[in-house]
Amino acid sequence: MGDGALSVREKSSTARVVPPARPRKLAKVPFVELADGRLQGVVSSGSDIGRVYVSSVEAGTYAFACSTNNNRPCGGARGWFCNHIRALVLEAVLQYGVERVTRYLKVEVGGEAPDGDDVTHAMTATRPVNGDGSAAAQVFSRFLRHLAYLEFEPTTAPLPEMQWFPTTRAVA
Amino acid sequence: MVPDDEGGGVMRADLLNDTVDGLDEALAAVDGFDGVLVDGLLRPQPAQAVGLAGLAEAVAGSPLAGRVAEAAEKTAAGAAGEDHFVALAAARTALLGSVHDALVARVGEAVGRPGAEESGTAAAAGADRAVNLHAAARSWLCDLARAGWHGIDHELVAGAAPVVSAMLPEPGLRRLAALLDGFAAELAASCPGATLEDVPVRRWADLWSRAVLLTLPGAASAPAVAGATGRLLPLGVDVQEHATAVQAQVHAVFEPADGGTPRLVRASVSAPKPDTVVGAGLWQLLRPHLSLLAAVSEGRAMDLDAMPVTGEGDLIWDDARARAGEPAEVFATARVALPTAAAFATAPLDRHPARIAVPVLLEGYAVEEDGNGVAFQVAGQRLAVDTDRVPAAGPLTPEVVASSGACVGLLRWDAGEFLLQPLAVERTVRRKTVAVHAGAWAGGTTDKAGVRAEKAATDAVKVLRERAGKLLRK
Repeated sequence: MGDGALSVREKSSTARVVPPARPRKLAKVPFVELADGRLQGVVSSGSDIGRVYVSSVEAGTYAFACSTNNNRPCGGARGWFCNHIRALVLEAVLQYGVERVTRYLKVEVGGEAPDGDDVTHAMTATRPVNGDGSAAAQVFSRFLRHLAYLEFEPTTAPLPEMQWFPTTRAVA
Repeated sequence: MVPDDEGGGVMRADLLNDTVDGLDEALAAVDGFDGVLVDGLLRPQPAQAVGLAGLAEAVAGSPLAGRVAEAAEKTAAGAAGEDHFVALAAARTALLGSVHDALVARVGEAVGRPGAEESGTAAAAGADRAVNLHAAARSWLCDLARAGWHGIDHELVAGAAPVVSAMLPEPGLRRLAALLDGFAAELAASCPGATLEDVPVRRWADLWSRAVLLTLPGAASAPAVAGATGRLLPLGVDVQEHATAVQAQVHAVFEPADGGTPRLVRASVSAPKPDTVVGAGLWQLLRPHLSLLAAVSEGRAMDLDAMPVTGEGDLIWDDARARAGEPAEVFATARVALPTAAAFATAPLDRHPARIAVPVLLEGYAVEEDGNGVAFQVAGQRLAVDTDRVPAAGPLTPEVVASSGACVGLLRWDAGEFLLQPLAVERTVRRKTVAVHAGAWAGGTTDKAGVRAEKAATDAVKVLRERAGKLLRK
């Protein structure tokens, strides 16, 4: 039945295009995403519970930036990746899988089963420069938008549209 | 009549593998239009005009004929306005509606149960409070159609975010918001479109046309038309999720207290979520809002008192109108109550093959396992089993399905074939029959792996709530 010329993915209504995130511990890096042409996210401060760092690495150039949510520059991110950015890369690989992260950032990693450290190495080896950090406010507001998803009221009215989004056992 | 020689499983699986008249022709017209969206409609090429004309021709005998013909012509000339895109989306939806109807009729013959009873849908409720948001969504969708899937970039896709953010707080707009949010996330993950291979052509055309129609006044309205009083016997839980939304639907047989015909119904609960809430975290998010999930885990029926129900058999759940009932075993329900339960008719806009989810009981099958996954041999016919649809946070695994002797599941259809989504299976362990349910952990669990998953999920949400408490309300 159906058109033999199309692949199963092409003629499927319910093909899974984006696998769900892999579960990970959120205490250290509560938010990470691949968006706006960057790997970006929010990293908890190791010393101050009320402080977070907004960190990002640009796709392609690996230009990086790290500052607090109050826009103070991170002392560790002068000239090289700070520990916040390293943690961000590791958690991104945990959440999305190494394939999606390297594809998005345009990173070439060799080896059998590359991990987060390999991705970091591949980027630092190109001697990336400090970005201008102008994205911090935007990243932080995306984090707040992300947190707001916990606050919306659940509903018991049916959402027939969710039939197009079956759960899957596959993970990123 | 249906032969009854397969134990309790009386399904005519041969009918599921038979050709359905007219199906290929209808799908060819759909595919022709879907191909048009791949390259976009900014500067239409002659090949795209063919796809557009084919869609118009396919609905030429319907009341849509005039409007769709005009829309196809204007669109092929690169002069399409929003109304033209709406007309094309409507034509595509109507065609897939006819495919849905033909497939549902075929399923009806195969399972040999009473057919759907027309119960009439209620008129759309009230005035549209969200005209501006709908207009913004429609405008984004039209830009998408002009760009085509090969023309998407991050900037275009990001245009959906403000619309979604404005819609999410409004429960009445949740359907369109959840759809656009999931759709935009897929598009974003697939950017830039120029280098995209293996485009999910039918899927994105489905999501696009459905979203376009949902921007029309009253399209998403599905009001309750009656109250259900009687006994609810759960069959199982179906879970749907994308990065930022989740829905659990309990499929059940409802036995009216007045002795009327038993009906197939669903109860749903859904919520927006952060993408890091997954697995057992989904149950934790939904559990407090649907007492039925606890009843499912405990293997109980529930007694309903005037529970609102829509014209297509969706209970609009209210915990105050339900209380826990007697123990009820899913396979007993499937063997005794399911064969006489009548389905509701599907609402016009929901008629789409992806919406087909017909509860069935299968017994006496042989299991096939190969590189393509699990399949059941039912009366000499192969029926593929979609084990990927079994939620990860539960005890039912593909291995358990493959070692089963009886299965309660949902009959579905995708990419040209019928599939079985397992909800529960029976298997023999040390000469005893044991049932394993996909939704066993829905209401909570004492299972060791389950407890660990619950703990991890609790910790994740705790961190996010703590952060939200510190940062959101400042």
